[in-house]
Amino acid sequence: MLLSVKDIHKTYTTADGPFAVLRGIDLRLAAGETLALTGESGSGKSTLLHLIGGLDTPDQGQIMIDGQDIAALDDNGRAALRRGTVGVVFQQFNLIPSLKVADNIAFQARLADQHDPDWVATLADRMGLTEQLNKYPEQLSGGQQQRVAIARTLAPKPRLVLADEPTGNLDEATAATVMDLMLELVAETGAGLLMVTHSEALAGRMARRLHLRAGRLA
Amino acid sequence: MTRATLQALLSHWWRNPLQLFTLLAGLALATALWSGVQAVNAEARASYDAAAAALGEGQYDRLLRRDGQPMDQATYITLRRAGWLVSPVVQGRLDGVRIIGIDPLTAPGDIGPVAIGEDADVVGFLTGAGQLFANAETARRLTGQQVIITPEAAPGTAITDIGVAQRLLGKQGQIDSLIIAPAQPRSQPPLENIAPQLLRRAAQGGSDIGRLTDSFHLNLTAFGLLSFAVGIFIVHGAIGLAFEQRRPVVRTLRALGLPLRRLIVLMGAELMLFALFAGAIGVALGYGIAALLLPDVAATLRGLYGADVSGTLQLRPAWWLSGLSIALGGTALAASGALFKLSKMPLLAAAQPRALAMAAGRNAVIQGAGAAVLLAVAGVLMFTAQGLIGGFTLLAALLIGAALALPLILDRVLAACSGLARSVTAQWFWSDTRQQLPGLSLALMALLLAMAANVGVSTMVSSFRLTFVEFLDQRLSSELYVSTEDATQSQKLTAFAAPRVDAILPIQFADTEIAGQPTEVYGARDNHTYRDNWIFLQNSAAPWDTTFGGQTILINEQLARRGGLGIGDQVQLQDQVFMIAGIYGDYGNPIGQAVISEAQFAGLYPGITAQRFGLRLDPDQVPDFVAALEAEAGIPATQTVDQARIKAISLQVFERTFTVTTALNILTLAVAGFAILMSLLTLATMRVPQLAPAWAMGMTRGQLGRLELLRAVLLAVLTAFVALPLGLALAWALLAVVNVAAFGWELPMYLFPGDYARLGIFALLAAALAALWPARRLARTPPADLLKVFSNER
Repeated sequence: MLLSVKDIHKTYTTADGPFAVLRGIDLRLAAGETLALTGESGSGKSTLLHLIGGLDTPDQGQIMIDGQDIAALDDNGRAALRRGTVGVVFQQFNLIPSLKVADNIAFQARLADQHDPDWVATLADRMGLTEQLNKYPEQLSGGQQQRVAIARTLAPKPRLVLADEPTGNLDEATAATVMDLMLELVAETGAGLLMVTHSEALAGRMARRLHLRAGRLA
Repeated sequence: MTRATLQALLSHWWRNPLQLFTLLAGLALATALWSGVQAVNAEARASYDAAAAALGEGQYDRLLRRDGQPMDQATYITLRRAGWLVSPVVQGRLDGVRIIGIDPLTAPGDIGPVAIGEDADVVGFLTGAGQLFANAETARRLTGQQVIITPEAAPGTAITDIGVAQRLLGKQGQIDSLIIAPAQPRSQPPLENIAPQLLRRAAQGGSDIGRLTDSFHLNLTAFGLLSFAVGIFIVHGAIGLAFEQRRPVVRTLRALGLPLRRLIVLMGAELMLFALFAGAIGVALGYGIAALLLPDVAATLRGLYGADVSGTLQLRPAWWLSGLSIALGGTALAASGALFKLSKMPLLAAAQPRALAMAAGRNAVIQGAGAAVLLAVAGVLMFTAQGLIGGFTLLAALLIGAALALPLILDRVLAACSGLARSVTAQWFWSDTRQQLPGLSLALMALLLAMAANVGVSTMVSSFRLTFVEFLDQRLSSELYVSTEDATQSQKLTAFAAPRVDAILPIQFADTEIAGQPTEVYGARDNHTYRDNWIFLQNSAAPWDTTFGGQTILINEQLARRGGLGIGDQVQLQDQVFMIAGIYGDYGNPIGQAVISEAQFAGLYPGITAQRFGLRLDPDQVPDFVAALEAEAGIPATQTVDQARIKAISLQVFERTFTVTTALNILTLAVAGFAILMSLLTLATMRVPQLAPAWAMGMTRGQLGRLELLRAVLLAVLTAFVALPLGLALAWALLAVVNVAAFGWELPMYLFPGDYARLGIFALLAAALAALWPARRLARTPPADLLKVFSNER
């Protein structure tokens, strides 16, 4: 099993007191499988994604990726996980504005010492970014920027791709195109895909879907 | 991984050259000011050390004749035969060069030419063949002499064998002083028995010149530190803002798997690299500043203290190394806070520039507490501080305390203005200004320090100038001063002048000691000139009457302070006891001075005759008198100086004294202006999301630009209001604490509202000029950029 989440709890401290975002989540995802995570705003979708991505740590529970419990990893261990094993696509793209598109796409692969120029060129080509490689992110449209972000995530060929509302900032047509490409490439790499989305249409294109409500799976 | 990360980090500067320029320029300017001042200090100190080494000034006890006249060769021989290990010195001036003659066989080891090179004719030196040792600049002035170039020799000084010096100076058989070797035989007879006419002057524990000029250098060092502090504020601001703007990128890097430690190490290394580069530029700039200032520094010290300082600058490793260290240390200091915050930054916080106003709250409380403590310490020190360390601690507590308090004071003022605002635009303006304050506070602190230093120093300089002019009027009251070559010429002058002038006032003095302090004792002729013009700091009844009557003595403030003397105390000159009847201000004089009556002086120092005279006559008759003096008495006009010329020379010397500090003041203010400019430019891009809504709701870009300009000027005005009392407190500390400790006298403090108004206008202009470009850029921001704020595409 690529991903196994068991009894995950997470509570935040707010001005009004403790707020339990996740209250015992269990889920599994196999390699090559796609899973949509839906739910209302504040239901804990993004928090769960961040915990799986090693961006945050759970208060309780176990997250196994490729047989490794990431909740037990220290900061360096989680950083290594994010570099090579897990790739995250953010809603806000989070590109490096001072690097050109070509460098942005190759960036994570270079961090992970898994830079494959041919694969990066393929990704750029498949994403329709060949003409944009010498541009800076600010010179691209939102759709193009998100394609760069997806290419960057896939460049080190991660085992698990996590996507947090990847098309939330895009119009419907662009969102559909971007999703087509992402699903296609994820399928080619054999990675598992866990996507947080509000969109019923996008969720419908995943192999499975789970719905979160008030910190629990419905 | 490292390569990719470095590429990402460095590409930020490539894409944001203005930020890089801000950072490098702030560091370079801070280093430049510091290195420049240190270079001037190092160069001057090296010159004094060479001068002191040349004569052993201050290092050894010396024997001098009590009457100040040269001693004969026989006295020296008598002492040597009695077992005293003494070495003769003769000195004088030839072609404007100070000639020092020593006996290399008997002189202590470290006195003499600093380094006799391989090409020097040592035998020639020892046998008195006429060889002189001097640096190249001095050698050029010694025409017709055989000079060995010795670069380390003191400027304006040539050293030679005593026999050669006696011949060159026309002092055959004469000795000016005897240096006493530190190790002496135990069985030597007392000095009183073999040479009662000699006076032993104790070692000073350092060069005489060095001790005096240390105060001047202390002043320069204080300004160097202040300028560096202003620079550090800029560096701190630049680094803080650069980190702030890179915060989203840092989050992305970490989210993509870059370990925190690696990131911090790389960012630290990146900054150290910049510090090294900017530090090197700063040292070069500092060298330029020093080279520009050094001729004035040299002239100042020569004029004020008689110290010869080389007019050219050498690249000394000590000060460029210290410059680089300061740049690296300053950057480390400024970056440590930013890197610490980075290490604590949560990975998942919103990836957008943090509102700088967040610095309020807990930070403001800590800052306010720090300011309160420092200002309280300053308040206590104002009444208790003594000595230079106390004085400078007071200055530091005052300045840092006020700098920390400034943002809080401005915040309160802006909050009050916001509450009073009627129109919606005014309300928005005040609240927006308040929100901007944290981003500008470091630059405003730098401006505050620069303005306060400017107020403080200009008050001190102007108070000094005013007092000094009054002092010159008092002390240079004769219309004409005449110098004579010998006693015969003095008699000729007296005979010629007596029937033609109202009064002849001989100026005669002898070197002695009073209360253990080296002192010049003057013998004054009974004349109304003194009664009419001299102003005492303290005096008993009719001080001149009792002094001219022979019972009392008048002393200067320096002697009173150093000797712990007051009115009514008794002092002894040889076997005569005098009561102190008056203490007078004697600004600019480094040593003690006393005045007794002419008759008493003649009795105590019979060998000394006056060779300078002040003549009282109708000022209009001065030119005719000078012409007649030359024609009838054979005393050329070159030996006369009229009062106006003396005053002009004295004032010129004095004005030069503060040329350097004035230049540093202007530079510091310019650096502060630069800080405002850089902060505004750096903030400009972060300001767009705050300004776009105001634009969208109907304010024009031109209006927004004008308001930005107004905001900068307004903040500068408010800062000026804080700087004025701070500067006056600084001036008081300089005049009442530091000046007394450094120079030995206290100056009255005067206020100069005109100067402060001019400074205020200059500071406002600096702020307006600094804000002009950012405001213009803002007024020309393309609407598309403003619209991006609302379109999630920024």
